[in-house]
Amino acid sequence: MKHLLTAVTTAAMLLTTGLANASGELFIYNWTEYTPPALIDKFAKETGIKISVDTYDSNETLLAKLQSGATGYDLVVPSQNFVPILINEGLIQKIAVHKLPNFKNMKEKWKYPEWDPQQEYSGPWQWGTTSFSYNSELYSGKGASLKEFFEPSGELHGRLSVFQTPDEVISLANIYLGLPFCSEDAKQMKQIQDMLIKQKESVVAYNSETMSDLMSSGEAMMTNHWNGFSRLGRTNGAPIVYAYPKEGVVGWYDSMVVPTGANNVENARKFINFIMDPVNMAMLTEEAGYGDAIKGTDAYYSEDLKNSPEVNPPSDLKVFFAPTCSPKAQSLIDKVWTKVMQ
Amino acid sequence: MNAWLPKSVAGRRWLGLAPSYFVIGIFMLAPMVIMAVFSFLEPNPYGGVKPEGSMAAYVKLFFEYDLEDKLVFNPGYINIIFRSFQLSLGATLACLAFGFPVAYYITLQPENKRNFYIFLITIPFWTNLLIRTFAWIIILGRGGVIETPLLAAGIIEDSLRMMYTDGAIAIGLTYSYLPLMVLPIYASLEKLDFRLLEAASDLYASRLEVMTRVVIPLCKPGIIAGSILVFIPCLGAFIAPNLLGGGKKLMLGSLVQFQFASARNWPFGAALSMLLLAVVVVVLIFYARAAKKQAAIAGGS
Repeated sequence: MKHLLTAVTTAAMLLTTGLANASGELFIYNWTEYTPPALIDKFAKETGIKISVDTYDSNETLLAKLQSGATGYDLVVPSQNFVPILINEGLIQKIAVHKLPNFKNMKEKWKYPEWDPQQEYSGPWQWGTTSFSYNSELYSGKGASLKEFFEPSGELHGRLSVFQTPDEVISLANIYLGLPFCSEDAKQMKQIQDMLIKQKESVVAYNSETMSDLMSSGEAMMTNHWNGFSRLGRTNGAPIVYAYPKEGVVGWYDSMVVPTGANNVENARKFINFIMDPVNMAMLTEEAGYGDAIKGTDAYYSEDLKNSPEVNPPSDLKVFFAPTCSPKAQSLIDKVWTKVMQ
Repeated sequence: MNAWLPKSVAGRRWLGLAPSYFVIGIFMLAPMVIMAVFSFLEPNPYGGVKPEGSMAAYVKLFFEYDLEDKLVFNPGYINIIFRSFQLSLGATLACLAFGFPVAYYITLQPENKRNFYIFLITIPFWTNLLIRTFAWIIILGRGGVIETPLLAAGIIEDSLRMMYTDGAIAIGLTYSYLPLMVLPIYASLEKLDFRLLEAASDLYASRLEVMTRVVIPLCKPGIIAGSILVFIPCLGAFIAPNLLGGGKKLMLGSLVQFQFASARNWPFGAALSMLLLAVVVVVLIFYARAAKKQAAIAGGS
């Protein structure tokens, strides 16, 4: 019995010291290939806070994870149309981002956005666009229209890769067909459903993580892509061109928020403040390859980034930011996608 | 004797077993009860459940509200379930075809070598299944280990397009669960009295007859156990269908995962899990009956 007691007490002591150490930690849950290791190291060096990163492949996955309860994450990075959902579902907490010292660095255009009007919840990460990319050595088209993606020609049969979750695919389809975002009209959604089922005949894989691998191996000739991620694939050596179709592209803005019940809220705020420093944000943009919402970062960009076609869209490009869909519209989207996936 | 111990034997026995009841209760029964309850609730539009009773999840297995909200018969999910059964059955048969000879070969080795071979069989378990499945992308994929030499030798002209097909899923499943077939078959073959084989030969049984009428009947429990161990996880598999099938052809496992992650219909995901559970229970009852019969025959002879 005495031994047991000793064991229990020791275990309890170990646990409490563990908790004491937890003040020096930060658990980040972010998109795949979106958190530069150099940035993590720099933050650790400056603050002594140890960061762990887990990754996800879609806003839907993030939402499901947070919805399932205690996750242990201190910082997550949803897109703009999911921020209101997370707020309404009580999944993220107010952290007074507008009171952080580096908040002054934010570009006026992005301050107090409609999805977080008081800037109580969210700090800026990256913003960019969703479109598609093609292999310029294999594919004969020029990515001039979304038609090439949604109604693929014969050469793309079995060589097209599409995102695994509906959110951005359906927004892009809305743009192509000239339909409103978050449509609650069954007929319009049927039109999208028919098109996606037809498109599926050419699809090699539904995937939101290894697009660059699919492209560099030649398994796919065209893929759904984000501009910065596409650039990452190109700079790694694959002949990938990011398309700017004439109908327009989907825009998104990812920001850092803190889940309800996070253990290290202060560390998360420190990290958000750290990222809002132009030097650090420039490091992030350099690696991730999208755009940022901080003043003075361009002074630190490399020539390569400044000249990348993925961050220099044509001046007449139409960018549409998707709003948060109503439950009814959302359930139509889920129905369409389930049908396509069957 | 310590005073806090129960006086009666039954009480002490119960106390001794309490930790295992506790573990089974917390880690097995509780999650299943939660799933069962969830399957009878309403989905919350943004994930989670609403505390309102509903049979909708079970109706959805066979019927659907189309985009105009009319209830129509929907074979979609039944097709997915059928496909899962087909692929799982295929993988189980393939595992049997490869696993039985391997187990038989190991049994024929001298005793000191056998343990080494069994050890080799278990080595893949040391690496994460996800990584092992990724390796198959390199093997089967365009410009991969199989294609490159064939292309170089001029045997094929274009890619074989082996990746992202049902075949790739079946290969992945067979590979993943092969050891689970070998081990139980080996366990039953190991106990086999090889003098019976000689006796059969003495009685003019051909080699084939020795195999089909002596060896296979005697190691049937191992074959059945192995088949169940392979078939059941195959039904629920979702790594191989996603990575090797490209997520195009949903199987039960990926369908469940899809309901929880993307489609945000937890009750339906839970109902599908319940269906999967029911199938597993039926298969196990079938197995228990067969085992009982086998024992009765063995006891009677």
